[in-house]
Amino acid sequence: MTVNKMEPSAREVESLSAVVIRFVGDSGDGMQLTGTQFTDTSAMFGNDVATFPNYPAEIRAPQGSLYGVSGFQVHIGSIEISTPGDDLDLLVAMNPAGLKTNLHALKAGHTIIVDTDSFSKKNLQKAEYDSNPLEDGTLENYRVIEVAMTSLTREALKDLGLDNKSITRSKNMFALGMVYWMYDRDMNHTLRFFEQKFKYKPVLAEANAKVLKAGFYYAETLELIPNAYQILPSAMEKGTYRIVNGNTATAWGFLAAAEKAGLELFLGSYPITPATDILHELVKHKNFGVKAFQAEDEIAGVTSAIGASFAGDLAITTTSGPGLALKSEAIGLALMTELPLVIVNVQRGGPSTGLPTKTEQSDLLQAMYGRNGESPVIVIAASTPSDCFDYAYEAARLSLEHMTPVILLTDGYIANGSEPWKIKSVKDMADIKTRVINKRSDSWHPYDRDSQTLARNWAVPGTPGLEHRVGGLEKDQVTGNVSYVPENHEYMTHVRAEKVKRVQNNIPELESEYNKEGDLLIVGWGGTYGSLHSAVRKLASQGYKIGHAHFNYINPLPRNTEEVLGNFKKVIVCELNKGQLVSVLRSNFNDKDLLQYNKVMGLPFSVTDLVKKFKIILDQD
Amino acid sequence: MEDTLDKKYTFRDFASDQEVRWCPGCDDYVILRSMQKALPEMGVNKEDVVFISGIGCSSRFPYYIDSYGMHGIHGRAAAISSGVKLANPDLSVWMITGDGDSLAIGGNHFIHLLRRNLDINVVLFNNEIYGLTKGQFSPTSLIGQKTKSSPFGNTQPPFHPGELALGAQARFFARLGGNSPKEMTELFIQAQKFRGTSLIEILQNCVIFNDGCFTQYTDKKVKEDKQLFVEHGKPMIFGKERDKGLVLNGLKLEVVTIGENGVSEDDILVHDAKCEDNTLQQMLVKLEYPLVTGIIRSYEDELFEEREARLTEEVRKNSKFSSVDELFLSGETYEVK
Repeated sequence: MTVNKMEPSAREVESLSAVVIRFVGDSGDGMQLTGTQFTDTSAMFGNDVATFPNYPAEIRAPQGSLYGVSGFQVHIGSIEISTPGDDLDLLVAMNPAGLKTNLHALKAGHTIIVDTDSFSKKNLQKAEYDSNPLEDGTLENYRVIEVAMTSLTREALKDLGLDNKSITRSKNMFALGMVYWMYDRDMNHTLRFFEQKFKYKPVLAEANAKVLKAGFYYAETLELIPNAYQILPSAMEKGTYRIVNGNTATAWGFLAAAEKAGLELFLGSYPITPATDILHELVKHKNFGVKAFQAEDEIAGVTSAIGASFAGDLAITTTSGPGLALKSEAIGLALMTELPLVIVNVQRGGPSTGLPTKTEQSDLLQAMYGRNGESPVIVIAASTPSDCFDYAYEAARLSLEHMTPVILLTDGYIANGSEPWKIKSVKDMADIKTRVINKRSDSWHPYDRDSQTLARNWAVPGTPGLEHRVGGLEKDQVTGNVSYVPENHEYMTHVRAEKVKRVQNNIPELESEYNKEGDLLIVGWGGTYGSLHSAVRKLASQGYKIGHAHFNYINPLPRNTEEVLGNFKKVIVCELNKGQLVSVLRSNFNDKDLLQYNKVMGLPFSVTDLVKKFKIILDQD
Repeated sequence: MEDTLDKKYTFRDFASDQEVRWCPGCDDYVILRSMQKALPEMGVNKEDVVFISGIGCSSRFPYYIDSYGMHGIHGRAAAISSGVKLANPDLSVWMITGDGDSLAIGGNHFIHLLRRNLDINVVLFNNEIYGLTKGQFSPTSLIGQKTKSSPFGNTQPPFHPGELALGAQARFFARLGGNSPKEMTELFIQAQKFRGTSLIEILQNCVIFNDGCFTQYTDKKVKEDKQLFVEHGKPMIFGKERDKGLVLNGLKLEVVTIGENGVSEDDILVHDAKCEDNTLQQMLVKLEYPLVTGIIRSYEDELFEEREARLTEEVRKNSKFSSVDELFLSGETYEVK
């Protein structure tokens, strides 16, 4: 049965530049898979894409409950896509709870596809609906496509002899098939995916294919659904692409760095949401000499990495906020022993356990200052799913070249989000010059430094003649032996700080996009790049003198930071926290007058809200 | 490593130029000297030796050995050592720790190190007290023990390191008094030879904060009567007159006198350190009279790093990729023209 509550105004084929689609259902309904398939297919079609999976912390929350709703949002376009989008053009709701929790995001007049079979009395109660929204007028401002998806799926599969559970579990493919037809997508990618995934269970491959096609043809034969949307391929740079999410890109950045530096990669890690996928990815690559060690806790994750670094590996540890807190003493050991170490923090909502599956940028100050003593480390941040590759590589490069720990900040939003990545080759990546030495000179000491960078040399166990001891106690500036001499401690404290400061000479300058000078500079860092970029693009195209400066390097700050900030009448620093980068900037630049825009809802910025806010400031003058 | 050894060392080769700063009379000097004597006998190149420690009096040890070394942070030596060994399995890795370092703050890493069975040698200096922080009770302090943090007597029951270690599946456990340099040197050599995590507990007297805590067992006058020094394959006989021995009475170990009540040497239990089942060894480590010293358990099992290496080899053989570029270009890619 299909009901069309609102007549679509135009039935001719629309050519849209971009649409935002959200698939929602129970956390066991396979919404993440459905969304991923749609994303990959669209990317291969040539669209630019950005995704935003949003799922509950519970693995299997009670079926049908409001908090058990899992969603996957994808933004596809023929123009450059920088975010997964704010407001929805299409909502696919597999149950009442999904409808209830997501309806607010759908643009008025736009389309909802619902599985009517799931709108039972019991499910309506679980979703806390007093009456059936399909009947009580709740949806009268939307175009509702009602489909008995479960029954149709069952019908399609009746001859395969599958159990009831397997049948109902594939109804998500019915929805996907419908959406494929609506947006003119090819089914082949997903059909191939079934063949691969169910290589050893061909009956499941057949079942999923059948349901997908059933949905596709159902949409086609249904006159009430106009084939109204055509999303043309976008004008992207030529080349070979693939879809990556931020965690995979992070893992691959380290693989590339290890190969380039000629070192073996060691990961010491402990499972934590949302960082664990980096561990999952790296354990697959023993063939590249990767040693991925799942340790007994966060502290063992980082300290085993320090041991591996001492022994000559490119050593990293991966975690999220609470894990970074546990690792802080050990990070101090790495900076005191002046060994290379990369700590990846995939930020999530805090404090404490906070919001494990939601995104936030509230660990910047922890990364900057969260250790005892004077303990500066290099802090950098990735800003999109695909550039996690570049900044993971960069973290490894800086750590190896400067012999000091680097904290790489990503967040749950870009770690789980995916987008096209123009595939890079290791041979095109920047050189990595390690500080490894193999021979002893007469005057050799373990803390001998490069006169430019102040990085010490790296004498690795197994090398004859370079036996030496390191440790957490203060070192004599020349011999490297334990020293309690007051002047020496002050000198060494200064050297460790200066060493990090001189990294400025090894990183790019800060750029201001759209305008180099003007009325308002939008400042951000890390994973908010896409939202800020979209908002600035919109306003710049309207003629506003607005610029966007986005920090990937936070400690040290790029050399020209003050200059860039000084070229605009007003500067607003936008962060998903209460104002952490802004306090770093203020302390660096004499309490410069900086405006703030902060959100801590566990969600990315809304581009609509950003545009509104910036416009108010711009129109004030 | 033994095949490639082309140098002969003396104990001086392993003495660093650093002034040793333990309290005069501390057993730590005995342990250091025994180690410096043992190292040249191990058939290991100096540059392949790595000492890793945590925090505490014992943990200054690496500074005094002329090899590679790291003085780590409190409790984490086990994890640091594991990282060193996994990064380069060819190294001879020694972890130096104490009762506070490994049984309190580092307890978690300690049990997991033993469980995994990497080829690492652990020397646990047990003095039943916190020395470096000047005299608080430790996880091995006895109930009733008066310390700076237990002025009316300790109320927390102690761990027995051996019992804990065997519970965590330790494959090698040995115990020795801190005043037995000869046996200690030999024990270190045995630990190096053993393939797997070897744990050596040294009953180390702290002259300042817990002086005499082991005297009842280690004093030269009583040592032979109070200690049973076990050796694999030999009957468990002790005593100045070599007339005491252990027999199993039901589910308990019992001390008997040879020649009394018809007991002959043949009735005495023969020590089996290499037995996979550690039930009897559990009983030996808990015994208070006699205190059992020597190698109590020495059961060789597959190493963690061997399993890892085997898997790596298999994965490498079956891998489609010879460089990460090939990985990046594998699977679903598409062209934008």
